[in-house]
Amino acid sequence: MCSISGIINTDGTPIPGDVIIKSIASMHDRSNGLGGGFAGYGIYPGYKDLYAFHLTFTDPEAKQRTEEVLKNCVMIHKDESIPTEDNPEGAPIFWRYFIEVPEKVQEFEEDFVVDLVMKINSNINGACVISSGKDMGIFKGVGYPEDIGRFYRIDEYSAHMWTAHGRFPTNTHGSWEGAHPFGLLDWSVVHNGEISSYGINRRYIETFGYGLNQGTDTEVVTYLVDMLIRKHKLSFDQAATVLAPPFWDEIERLDDRELVKKLRIIYSSAQLNGPFSIIIGHRNGMVGLNDRTKLRPMTVGRFNGTVMMASEECAIRAVSPDVEEILYPRGGEPVIIDLEEHVTS
Amino acid sequence: MLPAEFFVDITHDHCRRCGRCVLECGFGALRQKERIIADHKKCVACQRCALFCPEQAIHIRKQEHGYKQHAIWTPEVRNDIYRQAQTGGVILVGNGNPMPHPIIWDNLLLDACQVTNPPIDALREPIELRTYLGSKPQSISGKLPDQIEIETPIIFPAMSYGAVSLNTQKSLAGAAKELGTLMNTGEGGVHPDLYPELDNIIVQCASGRFGVSYDYLNTAMAVEIKIGQGAKPGIGGHLPGEKVTEDVSRTRMIPVGSDALSPSPHHDIYSIEDLSQLIYAIKEATDYGKPVGVKVAAVHNIAAIASGVVRAGADFVSIDGYRGGSGATPKVIRDHVGIPIEIALAVVDERLRRERIRNEASLICSGGFRHAGDVAKAIALGADAVSIGTASLVALGCRVCQQCHTGNCSWGIATQRPELVERLDPVEGTERLVNLVAGWSIELKEILGALGLNSIESLRGNRERLRGFGLNASTLELLGVKEVGEGQ
Repeated sequence: MCSISGIINTDGTPIPGDVIIKSIASMHDRSNGLGGGFAGYGIYPGYKDLYAFHLTFTDPEAKQRTEEVLKNCVMIHKDESIPTEDNPEGAPIFWRYFIEVPEKVQEFEEDFVVDLVMKINSNINGACVISSGKDMGIFKGVGYPEDIGRFYRIDEYSAHMWTAHGRFPTNTHGSWEGAHPFGLLDWSVVHNGEISSYGINRRYIETFGYGLNQGTDTEVVTYLVDMLIRKHKLSFDQAATVLAPPFWDEIERLDDRELVKKLRIIYSSAQLNGPFSIIIGHRNGMVGLNDRTKLRPMTVGRFNGTVMMASEECAIRAVSPDVEEILYPRGGEPVIIDLEEHVTS
Repeated sequence: MLPAEFFVDITHDHCRRCGRCVLECGFGALRQKERIIADHKKCVACQRCALFCPEQAIHIRKQEHGYKQHAIWTPEVRNDIYRQAQTGGVILVGNGNPMPHPIIWDNLLLDACQVTNPPIDALREPIELRTYLGSKPQSISGKLPDQIEIETPIIFPAMSYGAVSLNTQKSLAGAAKELGTLMNTGEGGVHPDLYPELDNIIVQCASGRFGVSYDYLNTAMAVEIKIGQGAKPGIGGHLPGEKVTEDVSRTRMIPVGSDALSPSPHHDIYSIEDLSQLIYAIKEATDYGKPVGVKVAAVHNIAAIASGVVRAGADFVSIDGYRGGSGATPKVIRDHVGIPIEIALAVVDERLRRERIRNEASLICSGGFRHAGDVAKAIALGADAVSIGTASLVALGCRVCQQCHTGNCSWGIATQRPELVERLDPVEGTERLVNLVAGWSIELKEILGALGLNSIESLRGNRERLRGFGLNASTLELLGVKEVGEGQ
């Protein structure tokens, strides 16, 4: 089942962390205690030009080996334990690093960071990079989302945009690393659904050099988004067409059918088939997307300068009881909130 | 010295001596005197007489020779030796490999949705089978070359005019047009009667170059260079002069009555760079407006070969497994050379992905596809489309008697004898083929629906939805498939 929620202030003003906890907690019954998490954007204003790496380690040796790798290739400006309440049994070590990449790689620094993340996740047993973007961070684990929120003291952070997830895992076991949001660079993805095309999506993205470690469909979605938008320079609209394309007979009726047809033919293996409802966070905003036949719920609400997207309306009303504008996007129709343009489509 | 393989059992009490059976037999095994007399040695069990007898008075039975039982020196082995001792020749056969080898398709099982994601009702919701064949760029910034659009991933493979009758080709072409899919002329040229269906035809350029001309290359949807065939890898073609009638001679551009011999290699292709030259020569001749593909037989090193073929410029690769059919093949080759399509497809798809060139060519697979289940499994392993040769001939009436090479086909399929050819009505043939492929296509949609997928591209290469049952570890590894019971 799963629950997802996202909130963004389009004027960039900060939202306290307890707001998003209140929203996701209202959908308690959609998760089963095996995973919850949060992504906050704008939470590290003091280090906003540095990559904030959130890592989990199962043991001190993994931490030591990771730090050796980091020290060899990047400059660590600051590192510290991620503040938490008392660790529950089985929880890993949480650490964050504020990193500057060397000048010589700055032309392709995002590729460099992606490679570094892949290297740590694949090669160092017990280490996992949870998030790797600038001025953002992901906090997640095994538990109900409201408990995870309290555990990470999310109420002590403020962000102009939050996403959150409550997990009810079906295909993979519940783990601290496998919880959502899933992140790479400043991308974060929360996902309610099950991608039935996972097998081919995975084989497809692997041919572009992405290494998959978690074996979850959310991981694949994140990498597809990174490739389509950052590497192949697709717009959010075009990427949404690739991930949840119209049916062929619908395409015939579109004004831009040639482009849509081309996108669908070239990226046929990137199509996400099966029920899903996702919120993609990034440095400039938030995108909501449903599968093309809308087999999972997604509601959008707008009040003042704030936009919310969530699995259920209650998650929006929990924050703004009198919200007037409520939308239900159609399957495959992306809801794009761009901080720079404030555009909703 | 050679005993009859079959016994034509005529119940004379029921027979009304109408003589229909005598007319129907393409092999001259029946005569009418005072009653019907069978020459059992000539019977090939094509079943034509038995099915057309109005009194159902004929039954074809397998002869029990009473040979002393022996696991090695089986009756078939002994009979082949007697035959060769008599003639000193090569044993020729038709059809594909009949050996009782394991069929890997039967050890692969498909997945279905339960609870966590919903299955889709194929009768109520849209499920898409449309497929595009041809080279694709890696990203949107590249140019998308011309694609062949087909409405189902099932196509008809190369069967030449000469090997099969014109009515067979007309049935196939008519069905391809109605279904929005493709037929393939094989290496025998394209007969003018097929011109109305050119938008659904692939023309072939094989080692004999029969019928190949500038117009021929430009006339259809795509061109396929034939390097090999699953039933006879490394062996050329032999159309006996008796089958080269006036009409065949015009279409093939060879003299009437002359044997049409296709050499084993193309004599201008002795290596991969020569293949590349031919691919680009054809692309030049067709103004880069048509996909150019290459057909190869599945052999031991197929992954490397296919990779080379793609790098040589092919827009699609047709891989024919060792169970693929043939109009005429030496038995020793048919039964002992090549590898199964299941493995060939799996290793080629994986190799092309690892080399990051899978997008550059489509994969068309053939060689013993029996039903929609086989097709779905092939697509899950990575095929873009599947060719059904023998199954389409069976739909036209073929009884798999394996006598295609004799040219006496009683069903009007693998023959040029006018009185036999006219038995196959192309209108009815088209209808039967349309029915078959339409039926399989609905079944494919049912399978996709159960898998919770509403388009075929989400099954293509999706090996996660397959599990192996009773296969050994190395086969599973080659297939890239997990064992039953293993989760995602």
